[in-house]
Amino acid sequence: MRTMGGFSQMKLAVNFLTIGLVILSLPCGSYTEIPPKPPGSLTVLPPVKPAGGPQAFPDAENSNLPAFTMDYARIQVPFEVTLWVLLASFAKIGFHVYHKITFWVPESCLLISIGLIVGAIMHSVHEEPPAVLSYNVFFLFMLPPHRTGVWILYAPRDRSSRTWEPVLWFAVVGTLWNSIGIGMSLYAVCQIEAFEVQDINLQENMLFAAIISAVDPVAVLSVFEDVSVNEQLYIVVFGECLFNDAVTVVLYNMFIFVADMPVVEPVDVFLGVARFFVVGLGGMGFGVIFGFVASFTTRFTSNVREIEPLFIFMYSYLAYLVAELFSISSIMAIVTCALTMKYYVEENVSQRSCTTIRHVVKMLGTISETLIFFFLGVVTITTEHEWNWGYIMFTLLLALVWRGLGVLVLTQIINPFRTIPFNFKDQFILGYGGLRGAISFALVFTLPDSIGRKKLFVTTTICMIMFTVFIQGISIRPLIEFINVRRTNRNLETINVEIHSRLIEHTIAGVEDLCGQWSHYYWKDKFLKFNNRILRKIPIRDNRAESSIVALYKKLELQNAMGILDTVSGDINAGSSIVPLHEEKKSSGKPKRKFVAADLMNMHDILSKNMYKIRQRTTAYTTKHSLPNDSRTKEILIRRHTSIRRSLGPGSFNGPNEAKSQKYFSLPPGKSLDSKFPPQRLRHTGNDDDETMSEMDYPSARSRFNQPSRSSSRAMLPLRRLNTLTEVPSSSVVDLVDERSGGRGAWGRGMSRLNSSSSDSRIPAPRRHHDPSNGPDNGSSGDHGSGDNGPEGEQQPLSPTPAWAAEPGDRDDSGTQKPLLRPQWKTRKP
Amino acid sequence: MGSTNSTLSKIPNVEELMQETGFTPAHIVRLYDRFEALDKEKTGHLRPQDFGAINRLAMNPIGDRIIGAFFSPGQETVDFHSFVRILAHFRPADKKRPKDPSMPEPVNSRTSKLKYPPLVFSLISVAFQLYDQDKDGKISRAELLQVLRSMLEMQVTEEQLESIADRTIQEADLDKDDAISFEEFRKSLEKVNIDHKMSIRFLR
Repeated sequence: MRTMGGFSQMKLAVNFLTIGLVILSLPCGSYTEIPPKPPGSLTVLPPVKPAGGPQAFPDAENSNLPAFTMDYARIQVPFEVTLWVLLASFAKIGFHVYHKITFWVPESCLLISIGLIVGAIMHSVHEEPPAVLSYNVFFLFMLPPHRTGVWILYAPRDRSSRTWEPVLWFAVVGTLWNSIGIGMSLYAVCQIEAFEVQDINLQENMLFAAIISAVDPVAVLSVFEDVSVNEQLYIVVFGECLFNDAVTVVLYNMFIFVADMPVVEPVDVFLGVARFFVVGLGGMGFGVIFGFVASFTTRFTSNVREIEPLFIFMYSYLAYLVAELFSISSIMAIVTCALTMKYYVEENVSQRSCTTIRHVVKMLGTISETLIFFFLGVVTITTEHEWNWGYIMFTLLLALVWRGLGVLVLTQIINPFRTIPFNFKDQFILGYGGLRGAISFALVFTLPDSIGRKKLFVTTTICMIMFTVFIQGISIRPLIEFINVRRTNRNLETINVEIHSRLIEHTIAGVEDLCGQWSHYYWKDKFLKFNNRILRKIPIRDNRAESSIVALYKKLELQNAMGILDTVSGDINAGSSIVPLHEEKKSSGKPKRKFVAADLMNMHDILSKNMYKIRQRTTAYTTKHSLPNDSRTKEILIRRHTSIRRSLGPGSFNGPNEAKSQKYFSLPPGKSLDSKFPPQRLRHTGNDDDETMSEMDYPSARSRFNQPSRSSSRAMLPLRRLNTLTEVPSSSVVDLVDERSGGRGAWGRGMSRLNSSSSDSRIPAPRRHHDPSNGPDNGSSGDHGSGDNGPEGEQQPLSPTPAWAAEPGDRDDSGTQKPLLRPQWKTRKP
Repeated sequence: MGSTNSTLSKIPNVEELMQETGFTPAHIVRLYDRFEALDKEKTGHLRPQDFGAINRLAMNPIGDRIIGAFFSPGQETVDFHSFVRILAHFRPADKKRPKDPSMPEPVNSRTSKLKYPPLVFSLISVAFQLYDQDKDGKISRAELLQVLRSMLEMQVTEEQLESIADRTIQEADLDKDDAISFEEFRKSLEKVNIDHKMSIRFLR
């Protein structure tokens, strides 16, 4: 029932928007005679009225000052773009109203379907589709965010190099194999007279085959992720997804060039091969260079934290554009640029900037993906087609066959070199997962008109995409379930596993040394050494070697805090039932489990960060969609705070009551926490949110992208994690009220202040927050070297009561609080 | 191949060794070369010091434990055969070699002698023995702490170490004896693809 509700609701929205769009654009389109234009002409306004100034649209002949003017032509393009994006976003909301739709049907199918509906509507009113799909728009604006988005969204967790070897193999050789194979055999098919396609020559067939062989298995990836197939398979598909469009674009450009030539000489073939390498490696080179420059730039952005993300985006985009300029592989460029930057930039920029970057990339990626599939649907309806049964059917068949053959052959070649070979099921899924997508579509659509059978190519490609996306895309999930592909266990590993695997890996490292067998770690090690000694010095601001210790402290402090929160809430649940818990009850079970999980994640992180000294192998324990997790943790933390507050309010805590309840003087007993916090409360959660978010988020990001043990300086001080719980002198509360009165709305301002000073070592952040008058300068001058006593000392005069945030180890006078401060998770029996 | 054969002929009982461990001649030769290289004094036996001379192994936080695993208690040296046998545990398990179709899991034949469980567990058991230094079949808290300490080195305080150890034991300890038995150890690792993690690719 809800399905229907959600669906119809969505459709309603879509229809409404479409109709709105159509209505809006109809009269104006006829009035100003603007067909949807390529964006090159965006700025050129149609010379409706050469005279400047506002144009009176309804009654132009009236020379009086118009009371009401409308200048649609002026805003048309951005307006329509906005509407399209909105429409696509609404569609996306619609799918997620009811999850089972997206469970069984890939999102791309749904988007295409909606696109088809919209296209039908537009077709019936003879509206042209927007020209968003010109070559330039697609490749300059939609592809880069899409690709980087794929990178961020689907980046696999296991980054050990063992699984990465076959990626390039499949992406590059596989694509070449497919295009050449399909091209040749299609040419053979064209010789059959019955199909009446003899006029398609070899070059055109090769060109078309290059287009057709661009596999774009984003839909498969999301299925893979859901059913958690084994990492190896996942990574291969992921890499294919990421790299093979680079190969395809290269091939495409090559064949476009070749297609014009009447005769192809052997030299051209040779040049083509050479060009292939130039394009691929050149793209990588540009990516590395720009990434490095970007990293170097962020070295100096410590005072302008607001624009840090901008640097990242602009440099990546610049890399992309410059690569386009030299017509080398721009996708390679942007991906390598992003990788290089990930490696260095994260150590320079603030946590908030990191989060922002990730958010924005995800957003852009999602939107462009949505739009691409959406337009695919629209364009399918609104273009002219040329249907040729023979050619189309053979293309489908040949694509399948060659893909299957390719996977078989390539895995046979690569299997002997692998510890875990691909088995037959893997191969089957790999072959079956060859969905075609955006790249093929865009490429075929932007074929030059000089190609005689362009319409046929377009039709065939669309058929191909529809077939693979709908039939294969929908059936791949049941198929995976059915043939029972190897899965990885994505359950949260236990601490045991963490420790033992580390031990095991150390053992392996040791035994490898013992056997004199370095395998690939040898070169990796060499590079890491070079990197640590020389490369890192340039882009990274303060390159200190041993911050992992400090990072660990921070983590442990966080754990302590969490442990406290946890036990306290445990006390509530067990002992004092005075506290009204009804609103928490419904979720008490679940968050608790999650919380433990978060706790565990943390420990994993510590362990994974710090157990590597020799080989510096890091396994990333990340969640692919870390953002939802953040919010969950956030929520949990908020709840924890509530429960603490509640429990402490009535004095149900049976520890040294006096001191502690005093600490929570600002606590409103029995107030609903979720909505209305007192200002201080807001500050708490504010900080905690950010802290936890970064704690939860960034370990993943960090360990994912920084292979070696982190030797950054991000956290130079042990995090006074518990400082967030110290009470705030009332004067500063007032300040905080001012500062935070806008709630999260004042974020921008707050961020600049916070970040400018505190992002190197996020520890002082809470402190500075207590006393905004301290200003940023104070902190940055004092915090790095000041060691343990720095924050304490500064804070002491501010807070009249003893800071209970004192760490067990370094303050003896906090003996009374010690039981509290010990890591409490150990008291929680499983 | 000529050099391979000549090297092989230098090794006594090489056939038996290959059968037992499932190594190919190439592996054996390679390991033999390595053995020779480590055996600086050409005694035909390796002493712990010889292992310790490997720089990177010496830097390995659990390096001495690994070295220790090669020496059965009371013995000061290890000869080539034991050396190879122990290394056989790290051989990729899921590769069925055409060399030994009759003995798909060769190490099994020696399990009783080496006190190793069947091959499936052998990697785990090696790891377990790295913890279990006093060979009582249990990882005690102290043993766990030792390992953790060496792996985490000075980066954490003792207190933190202890709490991590406590946590670890609590998590794995099913029979509540404050120690991790082999069975518990195996259980805690059963979700991990040990083979994937632990196989060393001999001879790329």
